[in-house]
Amino acid sequence: MNGIPVEGFMYPNEIELQWSVLIVLYPFLTGLVAGAFILASLERVFRVEAVKPTYRLALLTALAFLLIAPLPLQLHLGHPERSLEMYLTPHTSSAMAMFGFVYLWYLMAVLVLEIWLDYRRDIVILSQSTTGVKRLFYKALTLGSSNISDRALAIDHKTGWIITVIGIPSAFLLHGYVGFIFGSVKANPWWSSPLMPVVFLFSAMVSGIAAVMLVYMFLCKARREPIDMACVDTVAKYLFYAFLIDFTLELLDLIHRIYEADESFRSLDFMVHTKLYLPHIVIQILLGTLTPIVLLGITQVVRLSDMKRRLLYMTAGCLTLIGIFAMRWNVVIGGQLFSKSFLGYTTYKLRLIDREGLLVAIVLTVLPFFILWALIKLLPPWEDVKGEHLMTAYGDD
Amino acid sequence: MAAVFAAGILSFLLARSIFVPKSFGQYGHYRGAALQEIAARPITFAGHDACESCHTDVQETKSKGVHAPVACESCHGPLAKHADDPTALQPPKMDVAVLCVRCHEANKAKPKSFPQVVSADHSGGVVCNTCHQPHSPRIAEAAGTNGDTSSGGGQ
Amino acid sequence: MTLTRRRLLYLLPAAAIAWDSLIAGTPETAPNYNMTDHWWGLLIDVTKCIGCGTCVNACQAENNVPEGYYRTWVERYHVSDWNFENPQVDSPEGGKHGFPALEKEGGKSFYVPKMCNHCADSPCTQVCPVGATFVSPDGVVLVDQKYCLGCRYCIQACPYGCRFLNPETNTASKCTLCYHRITKGLTTACCETCPTGTRQLVDLKNPNDPVHKFIETHSVQVLKPHLATQAKAFYYGLDGSVR
Repeated sequence: MNGIPVEGFMYPNEIELQWSVLIVLYPFLTGLVAGAFILASLERVFRVEAVKPTYRLALLTALAFLLIAPLPLQLHLGHPERSLEMYLTPHTSSAMAMFGFVYLWYLMAVLVLEIWLDYRRDIVILSQSTTGVKRLFYKALTLGSSNISDRALAIDHKTGWIITVIGIPSAFLLHGYVGFIFGSVKANPWWSSPLMPVVFLFSAMVSGIAAVMLVYMFLCKARREPIDMACVDTVAKYLFYAFLIDFTLELLDLIHRIYEADESFRSLDFMVHTKLYLPHIVIQILLGTLTPIVLLGITQVVRLSDMKRRLLYMTAGCLTLIGIFAMRWNVVIGGQLFSKSFLGYTTYKLRLIDREGLLVAIVLTVLPFFILWALIKLLPPWEDVKGEHLMTAYGDD
Repeated sequence: MAAVFAAGILSFLLARSIFVPKSFGQYGHYRGAALQEIAARPITFAGHDACESCHTDVQETKSKGVHAPVACESCHGPLAKHADDPTALQPPKMDVAVLCVRCHEANKAKPKSFPQVVSADHSGGVVCNTCHQPHSPRIAEAAGTNGDTSSGGGQ
Repeated sequence: MTLTRRRLLYLLPAAAIAWDSLIAGTPETAPNYNMTDHWWGLLIDVTKCIGCGTCVNACQAENNVPEGYYRTWVERYHVSDWNFENPQVDSPEGGKHGFPALEKEGGKSFYVPKMCNHCADSPCTQVCPVGATFVSPDGVVLVDQKYCLGCRYCIQACPYGCRFLNPETNTASKCTLCYHRITKGLTTACCETCPTGTRQLVDLKNPNDPVHKFIETHSVQVLKPHLATQAKAFYYGLDGSVR
């Protein structure tokens, strides 16, 4: 093919990669959603009181990312205008088709519903205390009900609890499905594995928890509020546990591959040591997994000052996000760099300016944070809304 | 909230009935009409039966020679347009030097029993059809039906 | 009666379903060619292939295949010893312009034509999210160019590398077994123009088809049998080193 360097032999149609960096971004974004939701459910269902300050923030983070998640897919499709076909005539044997419904279910029946129920009281108050366009907006959000009596709120709370309970397996399904989309492809031995959905899920949890932790710490700094160390310590603890499970699973996959050494092994092994050396061994494993585990492990066994712990958490969090993105990269791009004949390798040409290029990927990664900013402004996650006085404290128009 | 969901489900059902193509599901989980659309594509190669129906003399020669199993369009290229309207399209003249070596240039990967030559050494620069008649290419030791030199289309 | 909210909620789904059946219409009439009489496949005799590339060019001409993409291609193998693990394989432009001289000495070398295997249990049709690719009732795996989203999942799922994304239509594309020809009693473009009889179309539902009889009486193989795709491109004389 023009301009794409090939080593060894590849089937002629394999030389050009099919799934680009946008398809790397998609599981990364949905992973953040699932992970953020699991963190939120820690407080709601498992009564881990310490993480309460992050509860609403985690839900809003999940929503911000879930709203942007379809965009990389739409930009990737050859015919995005036909994407409605996935809902109209879904092929039930296709994991991708069924995922469309899982996504819709999770967005509407879990996330949006839970956020609405949790914020309903605030929405009703805001619909009465604000003026102009904002008033109309909040009034629409109330969906006609302005009942915020204690009994109504108790019903909201109970319903929200039920939804969270349903939401936990739904979140597992959301990201497990993405893993299954790859894991069920028997043609590709880098992807085909029953461990793939589980690995994706746990790495999603790791990335989501790390993301909410970082956003919380950043927002506290931005609002000049003290960081609740008990909260962050607990979040970091759960991050550490999730990491240990994730690392164990990935190690298991690696050991299994090396031991069984099937027909694909030598080709894949060579690929990991050459083409994927930087993204896989250096970034994903050393910097993105082992380093954060060690840093978080240190905070668990050694007593450190608040400032030192915050520094370690921030470093670990950032490295985690980079590492989990690298993991998605290594799965998606790595799975297309080697030939299914096991005799050759190709190269991924990532353009800067292209419908599926680097610039678009960067914009799509940054966009959820703008959405999150807007959501935080509209549905403040921290103190309960008390009235007009509180609104002006946020310095709004 | 319940009303929002109900409205959503209803509009989905409505969209389904409007937008799903009529022939979808006719034979399986796909648009049945696609089969006819794909089958309706125009033909580019006429097929040797079409050639033989007119060019009986060439067919006579070829059927007795070693190129008997080789279809006309293997060498002459796609000619459905010519078969449809012979005067409208004349088959283009071929570059013999390029054409013959495509099959007969010696290569270690070719089956040993297949006639192949190193073209640079074989004919001393002379073009293939100086000695070989393409429709019946074997050069006979003695004059006979195999060494027929009637051209009937060879360039 | 008063139209309460509850009554409306019951009435509307019923109305939607009624509307659905009202505008369903009647399916198209069947063509003259009877699909259920046929079950198409291909026989490739590797011992006869001379790597001339005529099939690749014929397919491109017949099906408007864009440059740089291949609905069929030819690979050349060189196996130097008993070890199947490291054949040297090349396929310069799919074999379109033939093959250069082989540098290697010794061992065995041969050509292997490749194409869509029209699998009966096809992994590519399994993963299509919308039903744009499918196995036809006569056994040909086809792509509906008007319905395909271009998600490329089928291209990932094909173990044989026979699919590609057509940059002109932005949809998935691949060998159609010249469906537009075989339904008219012709053979495929590649079988028609193959000068050595390497490629032959076979109707696996026709017991009198000589190619069908050949498959029933000789040792033939399919590619990657361990993936259980029920491939219908049968190879005669296939070496164990072929990927």
